[in-house]
Amino acid sequence: MAVRDYLRERFFPHMWCPGCGHGTVLNNLLRAIENLKIEKNDIVMVSGIGCSARISGYVDFHTLHTIHGRALAFATGVKMSRPDLNLIVPMGDGDALAIGGNHFIHAARRNIDITAIIMNNRIYGMTGGQFSPLTGYGKLATTAPYSNIDHDFDAVSLATAAGASFVARTTTYHVKQMADIFQKAILHKGFSVVEVLTQCPTYFGRKNRAGSAAEMVENYKKSTTPIGSKASQENSDLIERGIFIEKDLPEYCGEYDKIIQKAMKGK
Amino acid sequence: MEKNIKFVQGNEACAEAAIYAGLDFFAGYPITPSTEITEHMALKLPQIGGKFLQMEDEIASLCAIIGASLTGKKVMTATSGPGFSLMQEALGYAIMTEIPCVIVNVQRGGPSTGLPTHASQGDVNQASWGTHGDHAIIALTASNHQDLFEITVEAFNLAETYRTPVILLLDEVVGHMREGFVIPKPGKIPLVGRLRTSVKQGVDYHPYLPREDGRLPMSDFGGVHRYNVTGLFHDMWGFPTDDPKSVHELHRHLIDKILNNVHLIEKHKEYYLDDATTILISYGSSARSARHLVENRRSRGELLGLLELQTIWPFPYGLIRKICADARYVVVVEMNMGQILREVKIAIDDPEKVFLANRIDGSYITPTDIRNILRLIQGKGV
Ligand SMILES: Cc1ncc(C[n+]2csc(CCOP(=O)(O)OP(=O)(O)O)c2C)c(N)n1
Ligand code: SF4
Ligand SMILES: [Mg+2]
Repeated sequence: MAVRDYLRERFFPHMWCPGCGHGTVLNNLLRAIENLKIEKNDIVMVSGIGCSARISGYVDFHTLHTIHGRALAFATGVKMSRPDLNLIVPMGDGDALAIGGNHFIHAARRNIDITAIIMNNRIYGMTGGQFSPLTGYGKLATTAPYSNIDHDFDAVSLATAAGASFVARTTTYHVKQMADIFQKAILHKGFSVVEVLTQCPTYFGRKNRAGSAAEMVENYKKSTTPIGSKASQENSDLIERGIFIEKDLPEYCGEYDKIIQKAMKGK
Repeated sequence: MEKNIKFVQGNEACAEAAIYAGLDFFAGYPITPSTEITEHMALKLPQIGGKFLQMEDEIASLCAIIGASLTGKKVMTATSGPGFSLMQEALGYAIMTEIPCVIVNVQRGGPSTGLPTHASQGDVNQASWGTHGDHAIIALTASNHQDLFEITVEAFNLAETYRTPVILLLDEVVGHMREGFVIPKPGKIPLVGRLRTSVKQGVDYHPYLPREDGRLPMSDFGGVHRYNVTGLFHDMWGFPTDDPKSVHELHRHLIDKILNNVHLIEKHKEYYLDDATTILISYGSSARSARHLVENRRSRGELLGLLELQTIWPFPYGLIRKICADARYVVVVEMNMGQILREVKIAIDDPEKVFLANRIDGSYITPTDIRNILRLIQGKGV
């Protein structure tokens, strides 16, 4: 199957701005799925609200476009009742870690087999450029017109501390790595988190004089480095990318199956 | 013939009824006075191969059961005021996306944390209008465990029939009171299963195209039809649209499918109404006191009657208008500031004959409370 076979072409053109990184995430996610040869009927994509969340409308899977921040809670219900299905949950940075932060840490803690993708553009794109929990100190946004005094989360450390059994970071510059990480994340049995640094040229870019979309993408090459690289040891400002955590832990649906066996025996 | 008689709290009766109705998935978050339902589910569901989830909060619980319902499961969550408030956005989502689910709200006194362990019926309006936007909802209640059992099963049946969330609006007294009831034999109460599409794989399936009778056959998520579900206004494929005609039609559909079927949905009980000159209207645990008073005064020749509502929403305006037409006094008995009173006044031609007998102090309204208010209304003094 080709990538376009996974698209619902009759619902194009998409709603993203020219140069938006969300399309790159979509493209590489579909490449990963194509490589894995997963049947379209076996994938459920659940998303919340945001520019990023609109990704679910464009793919030919079972798609559930829900409410802001709660996608993982819906996905937990789907996965628990149909553990055989592949659950993919793309979220914006605000969706995942502001309004949805609680659901995020608890899904990670349960280690339920869901692939969570954080499309981190460091801004609320859909509502027009307000700061998110990932915008960062000193940046500008429509609700931080003087300078943002909110410190940002490190999504990777947060996911790790919360108990996710697969944690990775990549960018829209590193598309080969992105597709590869998506593939591993989907295959991973447990809660997997992939943070993708992705550009919002329209709001974050313009507000913070980050340049054109192409310059923002190019900048991911300069501002990131592979985990544990020499460059990383020399310059702590560089953001590490790659797979941080990949471990075998009991998965939630499997654990509940054991509960069912116990309960049925004791009856 | 052996009867399956139970002597338990109302919350447990409700949980047992849900299992009788075919529940296979429950998610919840503990809150007084509904926690026993959640605990019962944690114990019982895995015994029958069902799934129980304790989520991180109430909105997550409702979201989780909506997801499970989409895969074809019968689902429920249970909570009380603060949790019900937290659920409201997801409730609107279930209304908009037409997902069958049952939400139990064992009412406590409010607003806010209010009176966790006391009697109140303050969430009547919230059950209908707590979530934003114009819509219709089904909310049911019961005053005793036998009725509660049947009404709970009915909630599941209505949720499937109308593809809608159904609220079970219980109260602390019924939830915590212990009382005997009989679990009906399997099959005694008819169950409504999921209406699934007969459209074959490979043929275009329209998840949001109502049939002529207004019903929408579903296709399980994970099954042969892939489609989109969204809380945005959507077309027959489930895709977002702001086309005025589509928006208008969906809006009408969501409201009409319930309001046009009040005659099929509505359930109530009548006590001594034939010759009653004073009619009490009540529901939930308040109706127990109302009934006690009616039976007591009847034995002394007073022409008192009781209409016990079991369907709160959609409100049975037509029924009330008919029943109260010839009454001298209509007295609404409830534990709030007159939430049903207002609907009754709207329903009948001469609203000046409608009075309120209420308590809002967390104490259970007694037959004596109602009697005292009746005497005032009748000009007899207490
Ligand atoms: C409960 C609720 N609050 C606020 C909103 C408005 N809203 C929609 S999307 C969004 C933020 C989107 O930002 P993000 O999740 O980072 O996604 P992006 O658009 O940047 O991809 C907000 C605040 C909403 N839809 N629902
Ligand atoms: S506003 Fe930003 S995030 Fe939204 S589509 Fe445009 S570029 Fe992408
Ligand atoms: Mg964002």
